[in-house]
Amino acid sequence: MLAHQLAIESDLITADMVEVTEFPYLGQKYEVMGVPRTVIDETIHIEGAVPEPWLMREFAKVL
Amino acid sequence: MALLNEAIRKEVRGALADVKQPVALKFFTQAFECQYCKETRELIEEVAALSDKLTAEVYDFVKDADVAQRYGIDKVPAVAVIGKKDYGVRLYGIPAGYEFGVLIEDIRMVAQGDSGLASETRAAVAKLTKPIRIQVFSTPT
Repeated sequence: MLAHQLAIESDLITADMVEVTEFPYLGQKYEVMGVPRTVIDETIHIEGAVPEPWLMREFAKVL
Repeated sequence: MALLNEAIRKEVRGALADVKQPVALKFFTQAFECQYCKETRELIEEVAALSDKLTAEVYDFVKDADVAQRYGIDKVPAVAVIGKKDYGVRLYGIPAGYEFGVLIEDIRMVAQGDSGLASETRAAVAKLTKPIRIQVFSTPT
């Protein structure tokens, strides 16, 4: 949800919501043990639902 | 058989009542429809029928490879929610359970073209200089 909001906010952001049971190879690739799991640019992994300020702190790392 | 019962259809129709701008649900499938491709297509078509601003477009991942490429679709079933421009909103897999609510909210946000984010978040996002891809993995609950 938040990811899609970010996509709408910025032309540079694409946000995929992925139903992982239908794409088990991605679950393995990104080591999805629990959901939701957020992966930003392959490098940043966030476990669980995160509030907006927290996500922004993670986001700052890729800016 | 309809996937959405009358009670849900009524609720969704209400949620989409204030959608004033056209929104296209671009759905990607393949000839031998994948595990939930058929159900996803039916779901998208049923949702599209609940608002006169909504259209459902069906594409073949292989035959319409140019369209899939344009929207960055790399697996099916996929839904791209497109408003007056492509905001980069994608759903992969059947949007059931929690994700169904996300789909409806996506349609509303894309129609308005407003993220509804906090001003600090908007300011942070405005500093981006390179494309970013966010993937959120979930399960139907």
